[in-house]
Amino acid sequence: MSDQTLNPETMPEQPERATLEGKNKFLGFWFFLGGETVLFASLFGTYLALRNSTNDGPGAEELFGLELVFVMTMLLLTSSLTSVYAMYHMKNNSFGKMQLWLGITVLLGLGFLGCELYEFYHYIHGEGFTLRSSAFGSAFYTLVGFHGGHVTFGLLWIIALMVRNAKRGLNLYNAPKFYIASLYWHFIDVVWVFIFTVVYLMGVI
Amino acid sequence: MDFFDRFAIPHPSPVIYASMVAIALTLVAIVAGVTYTKKWGYLWREWLTTVDHKRIGMMYLISALLMLFRGGADAIMMRAQTALPENTLLDSQHYNEIFTTHGVVMIIFMAMAFIMALMNFVVPLQIGARDVAFPRLNALSFWLYFWGAMLFNISFVIGGSPDAGWTSYFPLAGNEFSQSVGTNYYMIAIQIAGLGTLITGINFIVTILKMRAPGMKLMKMPMFTWSALITNLIIVFAFPVLTVALAMGTIDRLFGGNFFTTTDGGMDMLWANLFWVWGHPEVYILILPAFGIYSEIIPTFARRNLYGYKSMVASIVLISVLSFVVWVHHFFTMGQGAMVNSIFSITTMAIAIPTGIKIFNWLFTLWKGKITITVPMLYSLGFIPIFTIGGVTGVMLGMSAADYQYHNTMFLVAHFHLVIIPGVVFAMLAGLTYWWPKMFGFMLNERIGKLSFWLISIGTCVAFFPMFISGLDGQARRMYTYSEATGFGIWNMISFVGAIMLAAGFVTIVYNIYYSTRYASRDISSDPWDARSLEWATHTPVPDYNFAITPQVNSSEAFWDSKKNGHKLFPGNYKEIHMPNNSGVPFIMSAIFFVLGFALVFSIWILAVIALLGIFACLAHRSFEQDHGYHIPVEEVKETEEKLGGARQ
Repeated sequence: MSDQTLNPETMPEQPERATLEGKNKFLGFWFFLGGETVLFASLFGTYLALRNSTNDGPGAEELFGLELVFVMTMLLLTSSLTSVYAMYHMKNNSFGKMQLWLGITVLLGLGFLGCELYEFYHYIHGEGFTLRSSAFGSAFYTLVGFHGGHVTFGLLWIIALMVRNAKRGLNLYNAPKFYIASLYWHFIDVVWVFIFTVVYLMGVI
Repeated sequence: MDFFDRFAIPHPSPVIYASMVAIALTLVAIVAGVTYTKKWGYLWREWLTTVDHKRIGMMYLISALLMLFRGGADAIMMRAQTALPENTLLDSQHYNEIFTTHGVVMIIFMAMAFIMALMNFVVPLQIGARDVAFPRLNALSFWLYFWGAMLFNISFVIGGSPDAGWTSYFPLAGNEFSQSVGTNYYMIAIQIAGLGTLITGINFIVTILKMRAPGMKLMKMPMFTWSALITNLIIVFAFPVLTVALAMGTIDRLFGGNFFTTTDGGMDMLWANLFWVWGHPEVYILILPAFGIYSEIIPTFARRNLYGYKSMVASIVLISVLSFVVWVHHFFTMGQGAMVNSIFSITTMAIAIPTGIKIFNWLFTLWKGKITITVPMLYSLGFIPIFTIGGVTGVMLGMSAADYQYHNTMFLVAHFHLVIIPGVVFAMLAGLTYWWPKMFGFMLNERIGKLSFWLISIGTCVAFFPMFISGLDGQARRMYTYSEATGFGIWNMISFVGAIMLAAGFVTIVYNIYYSTRYASRDISSDPWDARSLEWATHTPVPDYNFAITPQVNSSEAFWDSKKNGHKLFPGNYKEIHMPNNSGVPFIMSAIFFVLGFALVFSIWILAVIALLGIFACLAHRSFEQDHGYHIPVEEVKETEEKLGGARQ
């Protein structure tokens, strides 16, 4: 495809789905998210099966406090909103604003990740609660850690896209890339809502 | 020296040392051969970096055939060891290793690869597409599978093979009872190959949903494409469960996790459940494409259109749904209550209904057809009775109360081999023979092919029917030897004879490939079977771009209509064709996955971190490069078409 067709004079309304490649990516990514849903469902199932197998170590009620988790939830929910703003500006073809909002999304994501690392550090060194202490520990660190890994990957992905396209601007070749990265980010957010509910709320209450 | 101790084989035997020498010599021979013929550049440009679905399909095919012989060698060794009571050919440890690798190699690295081979080659052609939706991801899928298979296969010469069965049940597969690195190989090599399979799943769903020729509504798709679509949907929703199970098994084994341990609160049944939540749909991932292949071959050689197209589609969909709700029947005896067992008994037996519908549809297609007995047709006709025997014994196993008698005996082994061999292996051999002329431009010899069929089908019956009897008499599976007083000897000896026949059958297939490559006529039409679907509408060999003009489809058998009813398949003129560029990144990235896997198996953490960084670098490379593909100009299309024996317009 020539540069001309990818850089039209006026951008179409949905630049992420204007090319066949874009459409394919869009659909394929939804199926990928379907697979990811099954992946997390299996991890949640495992967690629910093992959460009371504490091996006489600390359980959910003793460990979890809702304050930090609330801050983390707010950070991640807000980052989802800012990524929506970024996509809004993508559709309006204002590249600078999109980059700005993506930057804010990345900062919020980093804040979330920092809190999570602090939380893990606190459990390991403050409470002596590790992956090896019990089946509950293994299930907790694996579920929450898998999510944390997804956040890290999402951040690296968005940063790579921002850096790579900084000088190129928006076109029909990279618009689908930005769009599916933001879809991924929303998915991570949804998973966190379930972690917040199933792991923390149900653990404390 | 401590560091190197871990690479030693725990139970060395002369056979293993001989294999090491053989592997080293083969590698040297390959490198020397390619260097001598100056083919490195050709290999890299045309194969290692290709993103063409046809070439990727051929590479899957070669790998699958190699794995068939690897798994087959294991099978022969097993049957040889048990042919006589108290035989001492193999010790118990060696026997455990070969029944484990036999299962894994045959299912994950042979059957899956064979299916991927035919799907890759045929599906884009059947739907009139230029390629798959994501050609480069397709290459990545293949190379992940390839390097995963390589990682699994080096296990028996470096560090020891897995020995806890292909189901790898915990706590047996845990560190306490499986101390060698073998089970690490199992967890990580399957993970890498599984990643490739998941990517294929997504790729083919999008290809089939988005890339079909104009006019090809969903209900006008050829049956093989339908089965591929549903299979890939099952892949996308079943493989992540395996991913999680393997990841947790890895965490238990390498990082001291407690998911499946018997101490510290772990739950060993969790593995069994997760494994079979993936494992049972996996059975249908294997069988549905096979059903699709039979649904292509039977109408072609019965000269009738497929009977009951809609009920065929409905039954595939129904099977795919039911496949997710039967997993407990793999462990009826392992501690659920009667209520749970009853529910899963019913869902299990329910699968026989849509399967029965398909069997009857094939029979009705044959009814009053003008049947020609070719090799692909022979396999299809042989499949129906043998598969039905395997299927009906499956219903017997599905009755949970009766299963207490059959569970873990040779009866079960007989059952699943009698569904998988006629179901999958016959279908793959039929498909291979059927599509071979499209792939390579000549036909496989029919006479040798028929000999192979008779050897393989009679061999299957001789090898597995006796197991029903010895199983009912109480011979447990995976037993490396037994005393003469049990009376199992005669049945096992008959099985061994059958296994030899099977092996002879596969050797004749290789001979057939050799013989036909040398002597078969290259002067064949692009439609040698007088077939019905679109893959036969283009030239042989298929040009890079598949179809010069996108075909226009009006029915489920558009090509047949164009031959018999004057339907115009290729309207319009040649246009410029947009093609994807080749790329070496999938190959390199997958090779780094191999290094990562090797480092994890042996807990070499520094290497693992370096490899992980390498993988991220490959991913970033994809984000940073600008790749818009290239165009084939109209003149070149015209020239190619004329060179291939007349333009298709």
